[in-house]
Amino acid sequence: MAEATSAPGGDELVDHTASNDNYLTHGKGILSWLFTLDHKRIGVMYLVAILSSFFLGGVFALVLRTELWTPGQTIMTADTYNKMFTLHGAVMIFLFIIPGIPATLGNFVLPLMLGAKDVALPRLNLASFWLWLVGATVAVASIVIGAVDTGWTFYTPYSTTTNTAVTAMTLGAFILGFSSIFTGLNFIVTIHKMRPEGMTWFRMPLFLWGIYSTAIIQVLATPVLGITLLLLVAERTLGVGIFDPALGGDPVLYQHFFWFYSHPAVYIMILPAMAIMSELISVFSGKHIFGYKFIAWSSIAIALLSFLVWGHHMFTSGQSGLMNMIFSALTFSVAIPSAVKVFNWLATMYKGSIRLAAPMLYALSFLFLFAIGGLTGLFLGSLSVDIHLHDTYFVVAHFHYVMFGGTVIAFLGGIHYWWPKMFGRMYSERWAQVSAFLIFVGFNLTFFTQFVMGSHGMPRRYYNYLERFTAYHQASTVGSFVLALGFFIMAGYLLHSLVAGEKAPANPWGGATLEWETTSPPAYYNFKNEMRAGDPYDLDALRWDPSIKGYVRKDPSSVLLSTGEES
Amino acid sequence: MTALHLAQMLLARIAIAPDPEDGSFWMPPQVSTVAHSVDWLFNFILAISVFFFILITFVMVIFVLKYRRREGQTAQDSPSHNLPLELTWTAIPLVLVIIIFFFGFKGFLDMATPPANAYEVMVEGQKWNWSFTYPNGYVDENLHVPVDRPVQLVMSSADVIHSLYVPAFRIKMDVVPGRYSKAWFEATQPGEYDLFCAEYCGTSHSDMLALVIVHPPGEFEIWLEKASNFLETMSPVDAGRKLFQVRGCTQCHSMDGSAKTGPTLLGVFGRTEQMADGSSITVDENYIRESILEPNARVVAGFEPVMPTYQGRLKDAEIMAIIEYLKAPTGASQEE
Amino acid sequence: MSDREHASNDGMAVDHHFENADQQYQSAKLGMWVFLTTEILFFGGLFVAYAVYRGNHPEVFVFGHHFLDKNLGALNTVILICSSLTAAWAVRAAQLRQIGMLKLMILLTIVFAFGFMGVKAFEYNGKWKHGLLWAGQYDPHLEDHGETSHEVIGEESAEDAHIEIVTEETIVEAIEAQPAADPNRSTIEPAAEGPAGLAAPDLVAADETEVEIEPANAQTYFSIYFLMTGLHGIHVIGGIGAFAWLLLCARRGDFDGGHFTRVDMVALYWHLVDLIWIYLFLLLYLID
Repeated sequence: MAEATSAPGGDELVDHTASNDNYLTHGKGILSWLFTLDHKRIGVMYLVAILSSFFLGGVFALVLRTELWTPGQTIMTADTYNKMFTLHGAVMIFLFIIPGIPATLGNFVLPLMLGAKDVALPRLNLASFWLWLVGATVAVASIVIGAVDTGWTFYTPYSTTTNTAVTAMTLGAFILGFSSIFTGLNFIVTIHKMRPEGMTWFRMPLFLWGIYSTAIIQVLATPVLGITLLLLVAERTLGVGIFDPALGGDPVLYQHFFWFYSHPAVYIMILPAMAIMSELISVFSGKHIFGYKFIAWSSIAIALLSFLVWGHHMFTSGQSGLMNMIFSALTFSVAIPSAVKVFNWLATMYKGSIRLAAPMLYALSFLFLFAIGGLTGLFLGSLSVDIHLHDTYFVVAHFHYVMFGGTVIAFLGGIHYWWPKMFGRMYSERWAQVSAFLIFVGFNLTFFTQFVMGSHGMPRRYYNYLERFTAYHQASTVGSFVLALGFFIMAGYLLHSLVAGEKAPANPWGGATLEWETTSPPAYYNFKNEMRAGDPYDLDALRWDPSIKGYVRKDPSSVLLSTGEES
Repeated sequence: MTALHLAQMLLARIAIAPDPEDGSFWMPPQVSTVAHSVDWLFNFILAISVFFFILITFVMVIFVLKYRRREGQTAQDSPSHNLPLELTWTAIPLVLVIIIFFFGFKGFLDMATPPANAYEVMVEGQKWNWSFTYPNGYVDENLHVPVDRPVQLVMSSADVIHSLYVPAFRIKMDVVPGRYSKAWFEATQPGEYDLFCAEYCGTSHSDMLALVIVHPPGEFEIWLEKASNFLETMSPVDAGRKLFQVRGCTQCHSMDGSAKTGPTLLGVFGRTEQMADGSSITVDENYIRESILEPNARVVAGFEPVMPTYQGRLKDAEIMAIIEYLKAPTGASQEE
Repeated sequence: MSDREHASNDGMAVDHHFENADQQYQSAKLGMWVFLTTEILFFGGLFVAYAVYRGNHPEVFVFGHHFLDKNLGALNTVILICSSLTAAWAVRAAQLRQIGMLKLMILLTIVFAFGFMGVKAFEYNGKWKHGLLWAGQYDPHLEDHGETSHEVIGEESAEDAHIEIVTEETIVEAIEAQPAADPNRSTIEPAAEGPAGLAAPDLVAADETEVEIEPANAQTYFSIYFLMTGLHGIHVIGGIGAFAWLLLCARRGDFDGGHFTRVDMVALYWHLVDLIWIYLFLLLYLID
C-alpha cells in the first residue's frame, strides 16, 4: 500500500476547514479498516475495543459491588463472586489499561506530533491490533467456558490446582502481551528515527517522553510476564513442577516472576497518563510547561527505577529481612520523581490563564486523586505499616486511586482533548461538566471509605465480611453506581457529538504541538507539507481566530520545512 | 498559613483518637507490643500526607480562582524553570521519605525478631480453616495465648498459600506449603480478637476466620490443661463433636442436611451412598475411617475429590471419637 | 556501514511514510535489535529459574547432567555455529548481489537447523524411553532389561562421575528403588542412606572418589532442561520458517537489486538463537 509521497497541492499552508476526504472517509467498508495500515484508523479501532473492555470490566465491578452490599450472600455464591473480582481485574488490566493510552491516543497522536505520515512499522502496528483481538477473544472465551477464580495475579499453588479456565485466560494474557510488546517496539523505533527537523530530544513534546518511557517498560518487562504465564500453563498442563512444592518447586518464585513484570506494568499505566497531564496543564493554563527537563528525565527515571521495586508486593511472603529492606528503600526512591511532576504541573498553572474546559476538569481531578493515590503509596512502602495493610482494602483503595483516579481520569482528559482532532466534532461542554462531576464524586465515594476499612483490618478478595464493615461497603457500592451514571452520560454526549456535534477547527484549544497543524480530522496522509518542529510549549505563537472559532499560528511558516514543494 | 495549620490540626485530631486502646478512626485497638510503633508511623505518614494533600489542593484551587482566564487576558510572564525551587522541592520530599523508610525498617526489625523465650504454637492453614497445635500436642481451632508473654507461631500450609493476619496485633505472615514461616507477637490486653486469612485461597477464603483469645495472667495454663484432656473429660460423642468442629470438618461438611463442598454428615452412619464410580456402599465405621485417612479413595457421586488426608494428624482415639459422634442419634448431633 | 552497502539499498521501494531508504533500513535494524532484547528477557526468566534452583540445590544439577551426552551437545553447538556462519555469509552474498551463493547459504543454514533438531529429537527420544522427563512425568526406568547399561548412563559420563557399572540388574534396581515423584510424599529431606544398588560398598572405586546417589527432587533438573531446550527448539523452528521464506523471496528475485535488509534481520535473529544455545550447552551439559 505504498502511497505516493506527494500530497494534493494547494497554496494554503494550513487548511482550517474540516476536510471532506479525511482518514475516516478515505476507503470504505469494514475490510478497509481491518486491513488498514493507517495509524489513525488503528488508533480508533483500538479506542472502540478498549472502551468496550472498560465497559465489560465495569460491569464485573458493579456486579461484585452489588454482592458486597450485605455480608454473606446477596446475589451470588462465593465461587461466582471470586470469579467476578478475578475477571474485573484481569479484563481491566490486560484488555483495558495496559494497552490503554498508548494503543489509542499514542497510536493516533504520536506520528502527528512528529509531523510524520505514520509510525515506523505500520504492518507491525496492524499486527499488534490483531494480536489484541485474538488475545481478547481467547480471554473472553475463557470467561464463557468457566471463567477464572484465582484473582488477576494467578498465585500458585492455587492457580495450578483450581479447576477453572486458568490455562485459557493465561494464554489470552500471553497473546495480549505480544500486542503490548510490538506497540512499544514500534514507538521506540518511531521516536528514535522519525523525529522531524528541529525536534531534538529536548524539543519533543512531553507526551512523547511519556510514551517513550512507557515503551521501554513494555519492551523490557512484558517478555518476563510472557515466560511466567508460559510456565504457569506448563505447570498446569504438563506438571513441570517449577512452582509445586510437592515436585520440588517453589510457589514464592512465581510471585517474584509475576511481580517483576507487574510492578513495571503499573508504570506502563501511569506514565502515559502523566504524559497527557503535561499537555493538558500547559495548554489550558495558556503557559509554557514548568520544568520541562525535569519532567522529561523523571519519566525515564521512573521507567528504570520501576524494575527495582517488585518485592514490595511480597513483604509478608517470607523473603528475607534484607530483601524487604532493599525493596522498601528503592520503593521510596520512585516516589520522588512522581511528586516533583505534580509540583511542576502546579507551577505551570501559576500566573497562567486558566480555562476550565472539560480536558482541564479532568486534569485538575487527576491532581487531586493522584495526590491521594501517590501519598497512600507511602504507607504501603514502609515495612512495618505495610505488614498491617498488605492484602487489605487499603491496598485496593490505593491502586484504584492511582490507576482509576490517575490513569483513567487522564485518559478521559486526553480523549476530551483530542476528540475534536480525531473526529472533527466538538461535544457538549455542559454535559461534559456534569459527567466529570459525577465521576469525581462517585469515585471518591466508592474508594475513600475503602482506606478506612482496610486500616481497620478488612481483608481484600472477601466475599463474606464481618458486620461492622457493612456501612463502608454500602457507601462504596452507592459510589460505584454514581460512577456508572457519570460514564453513561459521557457515552451519550460523545456518541451524540459524532453525528450532531459542532464541526471542530484544526486547533480548538490552542496547542502548539504539530498535530494541531493539520485538519480536524486529519487527511489520511496527515500533513500536506513537510513539518518542522518549534518549541512544543510556545503557546504565545498562537492567536485566537473568531471566524473559525479556533487558534491559528501567528507565523504558519515557522513549522513548515518547505512551503508547498514536494520532496 | 494559620488557617492551614488549624485545618491540619483538626484533621490530625480526627485521625488520632485520644485513647489508642479503643481504636481510632483509622485503626483497631492496639493490643500488642508492636502496635504502638506501627500506629505511630501510620499517623506520622498520615500527617505528612494530609499536609501535602492540603497544600496541593489549596494551591490548585487558589490558582484556578486567581488565574482564571478573563476576556482578552493572557498568561503573565513567568519563568518556565527555576533550579533552586526545583531542587528544594526534590530535596524536602527525599528527606521525608528517608525518615519514613528508617522508622518503617526499624519497626519491621522488631516485628521480625522474636524474643528468645517465646511460647511456640504450631499453625497449620488449609482450605478453609486454621488449626493451632500447642506444645503438648493439643490441637484447637482458635489461638489461645497468655497475656504479656511473647508467642511465636511456626506455620505451614497443607495446600495453597494462606496468610495469617491479626489486625489488632498488626501482624501478618504468609503461610506457604512446603516450608515453615514464622511470626511472633506479645499481646498486651486480654480479650478476643479476629484472625483472618489474608491471602486469597478459594471458595471460602472469607470464612477462614479464627479467634485469638488472650487469657489474663494465670488463666492460659488452666485453659490448656482442661482443653487438652478433652478425650478423657468428655464423652466420646462430645469429644467427637469438638474434633469435628475444631479440626475443620464443618468447613466442608454440614450437620444440617445441606451439601457444602462435601456431603452433609447429618445421619450419615448407616446411610447407603452412591459412589462416583457407580458402586454403592453402606456407611460404616470402616468407611468413615477410610474417608478420614484416604479421603479420595472412594468419593460420593456429585462431589469433587478435594478432601485433604488426616493421616498422621488424627490419633486413633480421635478418629474413634469422631466415628462415635457421627453414629450418635440425630438429636445428640444437632449441637455444634 | 560502508558506502557500498548504502548504495545497494538505493532504488529499493521505500514505504511512503519514510523519508528515504536509509531511514527505512535504520528503522528496521533498530526494530530488530529491540525485538532481540525482548527475546533475551523472555529466555532470561528461564535462566533465572535455573540460577535459583541450581543455587539452592546444586547436587540436583550435578546428578542430572550425567544423563546428557556431552558429545551430542557439542555436536549441536558446532552445527549451530556453522549455521551462523552460513547465515552471515548469506547476508554478505545478498549485499554483493550473489543470488546463487545467497540461495546456497540459506539452504545450508536450513539444513544445519534441521540437523540440530534431529540431534535434539534423538536426545529427547532417549530421555523419553527412560522416563527422564519433567517433574510431573519423571519416572526413571530402563526400557527393557535386555538393553545394555550404557544406554541409561552414558559410559563416558559414568566414568566422569566415577560410578562403576556392575551389572545392568544393579542399575535397574538402583534406579527403580528411587521413589517416583509423588504428590503426597513429604518434602522433608530423605535420610542419608542411598539405595541398595549404587551405594553398595563393592561399588566404591579404589581411589575412594564419591559415589553418586540420586538426590531428592532430581526431577527438577529435567523440568528445567525440557523447558529451556524446548523453548529454544521452538525458536529454531521459527528460524527455519523465516529462512524458508527468505528462500522464496530469493527465488522471486527480491534481492536482485542488492536489497539485503530482510536477510540481515533474519540472520540477526538466528545469531541470537545460536548464542542462547551456547549458553544452554554450557549450563546444562557442562556442569562439572
